[in-house]
Amino acid sequence: MKKLLISAASALVLGAGSALASGGAAHIPDYAFSFEGPFGKFDQQQLRRGFQVYREVCSACHGMKFVPLRTLSDEGGPQMDPAWVRAFAAEQDEITDKETGEPRARKETDMFPTRTGDGMGPDLSLIAKNRAAFHGPYGTGIAQLVQGIGGPEYIHAILTHFEENPECAPDGIDGYYYNTAFPNGGIPDSCKDEHGASTVPGSWIAMPPPLADDLIEYEDGTPATVEQMAEDASAFLMWAAEPKMMARKNMGFTAVLLLGLLTVLLYLTNKRIWAPHKGKHV
Amino acid sequence: MAGIPHDHYEPKTGAEQWLHKRLPIVGLIYDTIMIPTPKNLNWWWIWGIVLAFCLVLQIVTGIVLVMHYTPHVDLAFASVEHIMRDVNGGWAIRYIHANGASLFFFAVYIHIFRGLFYGSYKAPREVTWIIGMVIYLAMMGTAFMGYVLPWGQMSFWGATVITGLFGAIPGVGPSIQAWLLGGPAVDNATLNRFFSLHYLLPFVIAALVAVHIWAFHTTGNNNPTGVEVRRASKAEAEKDTLPFWPYFVIKDLFALALVLVVFFAVVGFMPNYLGHPDNYIEANPLSTPAHIVPEWYFLPFYAILRAFTADVWAVILVNKITFGIVDAKFFGVIAMFGAIIAMALAPWLDTSKVRSGQYRPMFKWWFYLLAIDFVVLMWVGAMPTDGIYPYISLIGATYWFAYFFVILPLLGIIEKPLPMPATIEEDFNSHYGNPAE
Repeated sequence: MKKLLISAASALVLGAGSALASGGAAHIPDYAFSFEGPFGKFDQQQLRRGFQVYREVCSACHGMKFVPLRTLSDEGGPQMDPAWVRAFAAEQDEITDKETGEPRARKETDMFPTRTGDGMGPDLSLIAKNRAAFHGPYGTGIAQLVQGIGGPEYIHAILTHFEENPECAPDGIDGYYYNTAFPNGGIPDSCKDEHGASTVPGSWIAMPPPLADDLIEYEDGTPATVEQMAEDASAFLMWAAEPKMMARKNMGFTAVLLLGLLTVLLYLTNKRIWAPHKGKHV
Repeated sequence: MAGIPHDHYEPKTGAEQWLHKRLPIVGLIYDTIMIPTPKNLNWWWIWGIVLAFCLVLQIVTGIVLVMHYTPHVDLAFASVEHIMRDVNGGWAIRYIHANGASLFFFAVYIHIFRGLFYGSYKAPREVTWIIGMVIYLAMMGTAFMGYVLPWGQMSFWGATVITGLFGAIPGVGPSIQAWLLGGPAVDNATLNRFFSLHYLLPFVIAALVAVHIWAFHTTGNNNPTGVEVRRASKAEAEKDTLPFWPYFVIKDLFALALVLVVFFAVVGFMPNYLGHPDNYIEANPLSTPAHIVPEWYFLPFYAILRAFTADVWAVILVNKITFGIVDAKFFGVIAMFGAIIAMALAPWLDTSKVRSGQYRPMFKWWFYLLAIDFVVLMWVGAMPTDGIYPYISLIGATYWFAYFFVILPLLGIIEKPLPMPATIEEDFNSHYGNPAE
């Protein structure tokens, strides 16, 4: 009887799962980043490499309008030398001064430049927080408890999952690129079934494949493979989205420890004051 | 305060007597803190303190956030990022405030379901119950408007969908909707009034909480047996009760500390788990998100809203009877608010004389089913509206109404309750093996 109930329950759950899968959700693999889990920390060297990928590749088409340049030298981040950051800021696009209304050189107290207009991509300030990869199982989101929200995984997957056009659309969509990790892009009619649902795992994205092996030369000598650059850029964008992550985890530990201690003390106090009324001896 | 007889404050020194004659505030505080409380209260009775803590936490963190937030469509999102990046400890305050809302609702749902199981809504505590429901409605309004303030995609589209519900009212709906929004669509006027009300309503809630406490301090607490405290004399009452301080204050604080350990683990290690990632995308009126999903605590009622589609026979029937005035959308809105009104009417729908579910062998199972139904509705509220999900919503929503309007009235007539302890003292002693004094 028990077995029957379990199988009935799992049939119900599986049925629900396949109904959801018809949405054509692309699969995002779970990558192991150094900053995951309660003990995870940003790897400063990786953030510096990721920042190099950002400034030499991504920043051609993407801006970060919410990230102040000065935070590049903050503790917990890439911790670039403040003098270097000042020089770097001055090299960026000019900014319209709020007080004078005149264009002037960018300073470290300003934000990263924005990129808008034809062919430019979305702002990357918060992309690691506004994309989520793990909604499962069955839309409950419980996988997020183990794997995190998955923003960096999503970025990593997008950067490394450009593939040849599938058989159903050998010519693809003009000006778009087939990506098996991208869920929300265009799909040609020849890749849809009679219900209009997609028959391919990915979709077409406007961004051309941005990375190629040895596209850049890492300052620390790390071989610049596509995988390496994708991972580093994802880590850097996670820092850009959540620069106070390490401070947050520290606070979490302090709070849990102190409140845990308080809980124990209150438990003992409670036990002691109730004991005479519950017929127990202290 | 009326009710259970107990010791009152006696001003001793000259200064105390001087103040007491002019303003008996010390006596009021004393009577409130020392209120006789049934000594058999179990751990389901700790959530009131958690809720009081949440209200204070939200008000304090909220006031600090307002110091750095800008209620303007062009600046709101950036000001939230400013709080997260530049304000000292701003990220902590904001994460605590955002997750604090979730803790608030988590606690209020347990508190409400505790009341439903132990019959805390029954005479003479109907007023406490009704005020509680009004507090819950005010909480929902406050939370909804608070979610709009960061001006992310879910803020904007959530506001569009929810205010659209009022637009579904026949005739006056579109005017009401425009009046709520301050214009034809969600825009700066909407953001400003939501900000204003989001600041105001918590203080209204604080006042309602005071009345809620006043009401149940007048009737005395309910307790797991539902048996009333004996109140013929002080000596008799003291056998059933212990003063709130220190017994229940320490017990509740212990539970609160434990709850806060979990709360701060969430804030510290996964603060965005309960939020929607799309709300980190700046609001864009030209781009609709693929799925507009409300916060988790609205999902059960959101599921009820969506359950009654145009092909449900009840909807078709009502549509015919009202000559098309009540369409599926308006029906859904009525159902959603009706689901909360049904809860508020529980004191008059439940015909059983027995308060506590412990002594109601049939009620117990229907109640557990209601609790499961609530969780299922919460899950299905986040699912898309195709495949099997609309059926699950419909079954779940139907059970919700059946529980209040059919099962509660019928059970009181057909159910044979189990034997109950005569007094709270007897129940307490049976738990702790105290010989009867």
